[in-house]
Amino acid sequence: MKTKSGQSVFRIFRPFWSFEVVSNFEFRISGFLAWFAVAAIVLPEPAQAHLMNTGFGPFYDGLTHLFVTPEDLLPVIALSLLGGLRGPRGARAVLFTLPLAWFAASGVGLLVGLPLTLPAATAAVTIVLGALVAADMPLPVQLVAALAILLGLLNGGLNGSELAKAHSGGLGALGVACALFAVIALLAGQIVSLRTAWARVVVRVAGSWVTAIGLFMLGWALRGS
Amino acid sequence: MILLLLLLLPASASAHTRGGEALGFLSGLQHPVSGLDHVFAMIAVGLWGAQLGAPAVWLLPVTFPMVMAFGGMLGLMGLRLPGIEIGIALSAIALGFAVCTEARPQLWVAALLVAFFAVFHGHAHGTELPPGANGILYSIGFVIATGTLHAVGISIGLVHRWPAGRLALRAAGAIVALAGVVFLWRAMS
Repeated sequence: MKTKSGQSVFRIFRPFWSFEVVSNFEFRISGFLAWFAVAAIVLPEPAQAHLMNTGFGPFYDGLTHLFVTPEDLLPVIALSLLGGLRGPRGARAVLFTLPLAWFAASGVGLLVGLPLTLPAATAAVTIVLGALVAADMPLPVQLVAALAILLGLLNGGLNGSELAKAHSGGLGALGVACALFAVIALLAGQIVSLRTAWARVVVRVAGSWVTAIGLFMLGWALRGS
Repeated sequence: MILLLLLLLPASASAHTRGGEALGFLSGLQHPVSGLDHVFAMIAVGLWGAQLGAPAVWLLPVTFPMVMAFGGMLGLMGLRLPGIEIGIALSAIALGFAVCTEARPQLWVAALLVAFFAVFHGHAHGTELPPGANGILYSIGFVIATGTLHAVGISIGLVHRWPAGRLALRAAGAIVALAGVVFLWRAMS
């Protein structure tokens, strides 16, 4: 793209540290823009509420986010228990599909920035997953994986929008995905290794607790405060 | 000069919208143990489950929190139930009587009875939340405390394997039922 004088319009973006010989007028314009840019960078902006501010950067903010957000953590715990109850194949399905789906949906959320939260939907998913654990339903592994993808897409998308607001970006989403992987690996691995019948009952009781908390969450969501 | 002026511009600080986490969790944890009527009824569920044996020993404590939370959800949504306090008192009487007589109904009848009374307990809790407390953490603390009370009941109920233990459990059931009568008297007056 050229101006009438035949110069590129992009010359105005010439960096101020350029040593190319330019006219005095151009140099002043470049210098003004440069100082303005510096001023804009150091200008104090309104402080936004972070999801979690560790002080170590967005990756660690994302890593710790899951552990301070019960509405995100509870369905993940329920799904880990469900995968573990279905044996090594079920545990592996959850271990790889949930973090990937969550991370992918977070990316979409970061780009699109969905201006909504769905507490009732999150609560409903928590209730269903907890009930499936409590009932010890013999679900096929494909269905467990589908549930993991569904949860990942829902909560990941909402998470991505929150991360966008907190300026945590892709590193924050990666931190969340890593935390998910660790939680699922630890929980589902433990459940898979359980051998006694009573230990399985304890897992089912934990599922009923998750459902109970999910029902309360739904109540809070429907109450709207 | 422009740079200095821009640096000196005041910026607004947006307050963090979340809060009351510790208050919410601790309030939820304390709530089920703050009233003897709830404590007696929930321990009685565990005792009865231990008397009935598997699968009731885990089915009843699984049923109770889920249905109780459903009652809590109704309370949170503002749906009113009549005679909440009377229902709670009757639950202590019925469950205490069941433990005292070592009643052995069919499993679904026992589950239905426990579920019916759980609605009243949940509704009572669902309508009460300290101002400024975090609702979700309150719910987590509440469910954990309720489940722990059931576990205490089941643990005490393990003495059922000994003849003296059976007698002690029946005596405990009688105490719960009598306490229920007192609760009912208070609720009616």
